[in-house]
Amino acid sequence: MSTRIVEVRAKVMKQNDLLAHALRERFQASSVSVVSLVSSPGSGKTAFLEKIIGGLAGDFRVAALVGDLATENDAARLKRATPDVRQITTGTICHLDAHMIERALDGWQLDTLDFLFIENVGNLVCPSSYDLGEELRLVLLSATEGEDKPLKYPTIFNSSDVAIITKMDLAEAADFDLGAARRNIESVRPGMQIFEVSAKSGFGMREVLQFLRDRLVQSREDHPLMKAGISTN
Amino acid sequence: MHELSIVLSIIDEIGEQSEARDLHDVEVVHLNVGVFSGVDPNALLFAWELACEGTPFAKSRLDIEVVPLVIHCAVCRQNRTPPSLYQLCCPLCETPSDTIVTGRELEVVSLEVAA
Repeated sequence: MSTRIVEVRAKVMKQNDLLAHALRERFQASSVSVVSLVSSPGSGKTAFLEKIIGGLAGDFRVAALVGDLATENDAARLKRATPDVRQITTGTICHLDAHMIERALDGWQLDTLDFLFIENVGNLVCPSSYDLGEELRLVLLSATEGEDKPLKYPTIFNSSDVAIITKMDLAEAADFDLGAARRNIESVRPGMQIFEVSAKSGFGMREVLQFLRDRLVQSREDHPLMKAGISTN
Repeated sequence: MHELSIVLSIIDEIGEQSEARDLHDVEVVHLNVGVFSGVDPNALLFAWELACEGTPFAKSRLDIEVVPLVIHCAVCRQNRTPPSLYQLCCPLCETPSDTIVTGRELEVVSLEVAA
């Protein structure tokens, strides 16, 4: 039997992308800086975020969404730094998508917020396909994981905006080759900005905090129609 | 493994498309999958078998064309295939490039239906 071909040209992620686009517009209209974090499990996303939120919470209103397959443990940890934390438990799903973010925001007054952090499920594969409407995606790599993680998972490193090398206090004990790690990140994402930190000792955290503050000022300058009269000093 | 979620999105999309265009008996679904899309073609095929059961596409075949990674080299002013997925540079002059021309695709290209 003969067949005919009907051209469709439809993006598979269209539904997610449309919703992510709408979320991004909502975030810009509310003048909230939305930063997501991706990494493998156990590379220190929550410890990093606790310190980041702690460092911003004195001057800014900060909220966080945190994704895991199960438990509310991470939300409980982050609530020590800010009251505005919600856990997204995904069940068996290995990533967050734009629908989950939209549902989790229900009832939150976005325009009262300055920063919203989204901690994705620990996974270096699946989250790369899903736009969450964030303005900045941080990928974390811990000194204990090995320098070649970026080469093994190029897609997620390439889809991220900034790399954070965590657990630098353990670098020496783990024989971590920082130069190789930086070259590998550069190889999969040329020009990527890289920070080296230890959430435990505080090393490098001030630079990340300053970077985030500068981003907020910059994005409010780029979108001047938004929330007026909010100090970003 | 998020390919099952992806396949469910594909089924939604082709369901809408075939309804809007009044298409029946879709024999083949042609899909482009970039090597940098974060989606694995074999896992997609596996998930397709599972997810299609009980849908109008239970008998449809998924045909995947893998789209290679191509970057633009600003020095050569040419599109080039990098040495590997983890070396985003020009294979000739070795200039790093963050400009991806193809490789992120994830799209339903066409549906093949009984004439």
